[in-house]
Amino acid sequence: MRAPTKKLILATVSLAVGGVLLHSCRGGGTGATNLAAGDAATRVYVPPGQHDELYSFMSGGFSGQMTVYGIPSGRLLKTIPVFSQSPENGYGYNEETKAMLQTTHGFIPWDDSHHPELSQTDGAINGNWLFINAVNTPRIARLDLTRFETDEIIEIPNSAGGHASPFTTPDGKYVVSATRFSVPLGAERDVPIDTYAENFKGTLTFVKADEPGKMAIAFQILMPGFNYDLGRAGKGPSEGWFFFTSYNSELAYTKLEVNASQNDKDFIAAVDIRRAEACVAEGKAQTISAPHYHNVVDETTRIASSTVEPSVKLLDPAACPGSVYYLPTPKSPHGVDVDPTGEYIVAGGKLATVIPVHSTTKLLAAIAGKKFDGEVSGIPIIRYEDVIAGEVQKPGLGPLHTEFDGKGFAYTSMFISSEVVKWKLGTWEVVDRIPVYYSVGHLMIPGGSTKSPYGKYLVSLNKITKDRYLPTGPEMAQSAQLIDISGDKMRLLLDFPTMGEPHYAQALPAEMLKDKQVKFLNLAENANPWVARSATEGGISRQGKAVHVKMIAVRSHFAPDNLEGVFLGDTVYFHVTNIEQDWDILHGFAVMGAENSELIMVPGETRTLKWIPKAIGVYPFYCTDFCSALHQEMSGYIRVSAPGTSVALSAKTSRKARTQLARSAGIPGGGVGAGPSAARAMPAAVPATGGPRQ
Amino acid sequence: MSSRLPFRSRVLTALGAALLVGVFIFPIWRIDLEAPQYPEGIGMLIHVNAVGGVKPNDLNNINGLNHYIGMKAIEPESIPELTYMPWIVGTLLVSGLLVALWGRRAALVGWVSLFMVVGVLGIVDFWLWGYDYGHNLDPQAIIKIPDMVYQPPLIGSKQLLNFTAHSWPDIGGMMAAASFLLGAIALYLAYRKPAEPRPARAAAAERALRPQVAG
Repeated sequence: MRAPTKKLILATVSLAVGGVLLHSCRGGGTGATNLAAGDAATRVYVPPGQHDELYSFMSGGFSGQMTVYGIPSGRLLKTIPVFSQSPENGYGYNEETKAMLQTTHGFIPWDDSHHPELSQTDGAINGNWLFINAVNTPRIARLDLTRFETDEIIEIPNSAGGHASPFTTPDGKYVVSATRFSVPLGAERDVPIDTYAENFKGTLTFVKADEPGKMAIAFQILMPGFNYDLGRAGKGPSEGWFFFTSYNSELAYTKLEVNASQNDKDFIAAVDIRRAEACVAEGKAQTISAPHYHNVVDETTRIASSTVEPSVKLLDPAACPGSVYYLPTPKSPHGVDVDPTGEYIVAGGKLATVIPVHSTTKLLAAIAGKKFDGEVSGIPIIRYEDVIAGEVQKPGLGPLHTEFDGKGFAYTSMFISSEVVKWKLGTWEVVDRIPVYYSVGHLMIPGGSTKSPYGKYLVSLNKITKDRYLPTGPEMAQSAQLIDISGDKMRLLLDFPTMGEPHYAQALPAEMLKDKQVKFLNLAENANPWVARSATEGGISRQGKAVHVKMIAVRSHFAPDNLEGVFLGDTVYFHVTNIEQDWDILHGFAVMGAENSELIMVPGETRTLKWIPKAIGVYPFYCTDFCSALHQEMSGYIRVSAPGTSVALSAKTSRKARTQLARSAGIPGGGVGAGPSAARAMPAAVPATGGPRQ
Repeated sequence: MSSRLPFRSRVLTALGAALLVGVFIFPIWRIDLEAPQYPEGIGMLIHVNAVGGVKPNDLNNINGLNHYIGMKAIEPESIPELTYMPWIVGTLLVSGLLVALWGRRAALVGWVSLFMVVGVLGIVDFWLWGYDYGHNLDPQAIIKIPDMVYQPPLIGSKQLLNFTAHSWPDIGGMMAAASFLLGAIALYLAYRKPAEPRPARAAAAERALRPQVAG
């Protein structure tokens, strides 16, 4: 065979073989190679003993809780229980906090929390409280920022899917909640689903929120049966207005992903709050029966109690002309965000090919000139051309949310194209873009929704994690990315895992909170009816089948710690008071066979565990929070006897605990009950202060 | 005897035909979709009798993605080519071996021509499927972008919204191309030089070399 022929054949064969090799090389990821550049490591490094620059509050998503992270380190600092029971500290399990999760649907142990909202004064974060919404069974919670605890929860009636919530007005007067799922709201609620168009309605709820413990539904606005998605208050020139996005102007009630995606434009509802308030004041709102729970923690007893509010004021915009307008907005808009000046209203049309920006000036002019293009249920529609300020062209795919840096730039999250896009307000030109890993939902710039953004950082809250961290089976943490926005170009600084899918987050400078943190509760001010401030106040009492144990917890014992006279069929309430008055000395309490959780008592606090023994025997209880060198010794026993036996009700302190007590008090043989013969038994009568809710 | 195939052409034809076995073993074509949120990759393999994912479930997942833009689902059972393609390739394979066995040059001309026709029709057919999937979109599609079509590239790479689509022959396709090339080379050899007994050629080569050695 001649040489050229051989070469030709060789080439052909190598083509076949080369194909095999080529294929083994092709494909593969893009993410792993994207390394943070330059001084990123030093920018996010918080040396041991030093603190983060900002607190970031990230919703716990489907955990129903709130998570707190340090920025820029991305370290998880705390999980605050809000809408879900927390076995970690007994929230929603102990008798004091069960009432927090009461609703008209009964005790709800879980929810889906989406949007943290820091309280504001004059459009700036004030560091007083944090609000967060529950989507599934619509509620809004208020969290205290000196204790990082949930103090108040109000249920939102006439609503389903409390998604557009709990965004605040710049004066802090209201937080809002709007229905993501319209539902029948008339007198007749048992209607065929295919009567959606005539029977299903949405509501926009304004909750008065400027006084702790006194949240109340000011009024609700009855709306066409669209899906209300997100909201933001106006500020500056738009102060007094509230903007809500809506999708499903198609009024679809089945296969929404297609049927609610047909119209080229849906609407932003613009609510004139002052006009609505005036109509309510003039009696134009209907007072309708709408029972809803309001759960509040008492400051001194730290016991939550529920009040059922019977009704709400429902305002029909048709009866209050000028209270609501519709702004046509492409297409199935999700986020609506108002820039720091208050002039621009940016919509994230999740299926739109542009980012539309409405103008407050044009909106007010169009209203003044009555430039309307039809109406829906008495709500005038303003022509798109008469309200649009500009459109950002070719921003990317799937725009969702926008925040601002206070320097004239806006940053929009792009879910589908998985990137953050920076663009300039006024010129609407895209100036920078950065890929994020993967599929960003909300993004957050500290203060980025307020009049005065802190700027500097942007956190991308991503929905998909995949290969960003060591894999942990099919279920993984969510993924957040910290991006430096201090320069012209965005720079990726840090990846960090987040829990339970934070939807939105807000952040504030650490200085605003860190010096006002409560270190422990003042025992002298503890007004829990079952408090035991010292070992001598401990004891046991019976009220029918209920046995109440008052107990102290202190390093390293419980007193009393030997309990007898409990019979099968009794219900035992352990009221345990942590009498420590020292920073970060928490005690826990767990008893074998308890069907709820442990208790965690912060210093100075009383918590109550309900326990129903199932069999006779002697059961240990112990401290669960490693408190001291003799933490392992911090335990006790409770004896459960057969009914009818003659075991006397007694609460003693063991020799071990007595020795410790004596040592700590310097009194030989002191403490509770000098010996078995001196066992204290509390009178059978229940103290007049009453018991916790059962 | 010019109508007979030289031995080496017969060997190459047989080798070429035999390479077609690869079409039954390896995928012919491969389409990879690249997007930030698919660091692990996602793609499709086209076999002679099947369309499937690069990874299990990839095809389902691609169909899931495509429903947003209103592209109809890729359902292998509704593609008739997948039932008759194996017969066509099988015919090419067997007939190629027969041509090699028979040794008639005209038969090789016929085989290579048939192969070419099959190849061109195959590529046209592939393009038409791509055109159909890319253009005939559900008017109720969730994401509608004016003037946007989603036809994958016939060969090469193309940006389709957030995905970059890469379309390239896979091992089976490469082997088919190699098979065709071997057939073409066999034909070329059959025409370029009439069959000459090997010993005679060796002698001629010796004659050509000798003066140089002597010199």
